[in-house]
Amino acid sequence: MLNDWLFIGLFLLIVALFPGAPIILAGLLGPRRPNPAKSQVYECGMETVGETWVQFRIQYFIFALTFLVFDVELVFLFPWAVAFDSLDIWGVLSGVVFILILFIELLAAWRKGVLEWV
Amino acid sequence: MGFLSDPINFIAGWLESIMLGFGWSETIVTTVLKFLGAGAVGTFGFALVIFTIWLERKLYARIQDRLGPNRVGPWGIFQTFPDMIKIFTKEYITPDGADKVIYNLAPIISVSAVLLIWAVIPFAPTVIGTDVNVGVLYVVAVGAMGTLSIIMAGFSSNNKYAMLGAFRAVAQMVSYEVPMVLALLVPVLLGRTMGINSLVASQEVWYIVVAPIAAFIFFTSSMAETGRAPFDLLEAESELVAGYQTEYSGLKFGMFYVGEFLHAFTISALTATLFLGGWRGPGSETFPILGIVYFFIKTFLMYFVVAWIRISLPRLRIDQMLNFNWKFLTPLALVLLIATALLEKVLGMVLPGLNLVETAVPWVRAAAHLVVNLLLLWGVFSALRGYQVKGRKIVGNPRPVAVAPEPPASVIS
Repeated sequence: MLNDWLFIGLFLLIVALFPGAPIILAGLLGPRRPNPAKSQVYECGMETVGETWVQFRIQYFIFALTFLVFDVELVFLFPWAVAFDSLDIWGVLSGVVFILILFIELLAAWRKGVLEWV
Repeated sequence: MGFLSDPINFIAGWLESIMLGFGWSETIVTTVLKFLGAGAVGTFGFALVIFTIWLERKLYARIQDRLGPNRVGPWGIFQTFPDMIKIFTKEYITPDGADKVIYNLAPIISVSAVLLIWAVIPFAPTVIGTDVNVGVLYVVAVGAMGTLSIIMAGFSSNNKYAMLGAFRAVAQMVSYEVPMVLALLVPVLLGRTMGINSLVASQEVWYIVVAPIAAFIFFTSSMAETGRAPFDLLEAESELVAGYQTEYSGLKFGMFYVGEFLHAFTISALTATLFLGGWRGPGSETFPILGIVYFFIKTFLMYFVVAWIRISLPRLRIDQMLNFNWKFLTPLALVLLIATALLEKVLGMVLPGLNLVETAVPWVRAAAHLVVNLLLLWGVFSALRGYQVKGRKIVGNPRPVAVAPEPPASVIS
């Protein structure tokens, strides 16, 4: 059990090293001649106006929020699915009710116009 | 266990006996072996990208009636190496006002998030990085990190195009995670396990037959997760320059490129593992090397489909994409999950009473699930047809059309 996670711990190191080491190496090998014009922010040849962190559509935030609601609740379903054999019919039905609540959530969001891209 | 039937475990056992012969303790030997295994999986994943980049460029070209790379080596198979050398010698340009730490971390995370998934993919019954008992949950958790890297890249670049790409990533990639996780629940429910190797072992009948809708939903939404055409809104060239990677140059850009190709290959491997039976095939349990062969045949088949879709389809609009996700895939996945759970319980109560032959049980189960899936699909499509007919009415007044203004009277006279 612990050995399984030891592999993942070591793999994390390797996985950070594999893309990281070439990037550092290329930084050492490649030329480095910065000048003010080169390091300007790219915007099709024009100089940028104002802040980059502009006000954004509230729609993006609402979608992220809807996702959060769903994702948090979906994680609870995994143990239910694994323990399916040891559940009686009422255990299964309570899981189904849980999914139905999710479904009603989705319908409510739909009805409220959260899912419209305007 | 001979070398020919299971070379990887043979080598591992040989190394273990050598190291134990040095008089090293059990713990150190295990750690070293795990480290070597992790290094092997990582190297393999990276080496694979070099091949798949060539493969996809060649496929792209052939489908568009071009020749594609054909100069370096036979059929241009070594084309990726000169490209790599060239990109190594490029200068890094960091834009003014970029958030340096996050800016430099993003390309690394984009590759490592995908590479981490390879730790739990079984190549053969005995050849697997690590068989954790929560493999599916691990895949979901690690997969979400890829989205994070894109958001990091967009936010730290101090560039408005990159920023817009990151916004779109929030709307698109994050949304498509919901049907993906829902579709992953179906094989977990059918196999009663979250370990990926045991999920493969439980597929007496491939899950693409038992749950075709789940396979479709998983495949589509994980394709959207890769952020490639037709779902490449976050780097749409004609709208956002290059989206989140606008300000990246040299190998930092190269790492995003590698991450993208590796992600495409990884989702085909995952689909092959979870729905096409992974290493399952005749003789794969006695000769694990056959399992590796079957796994790669299925994976490359899926990879061909991924590349084919990327090459053939135009980019979707963002509202079409979000509608497809929230109003089609997610409700369908929820209904499918309910139907699968109820049917599975009913079958669990009915099947033992029928006194079937041992080998027939999975097939009967698969047939019942297939029938329910097809019924569901039929219901969905007839509902959609009704929606389509109803949706064609004209709403509101006709929009005003520009009319040429009357010339002023003074000009005429």
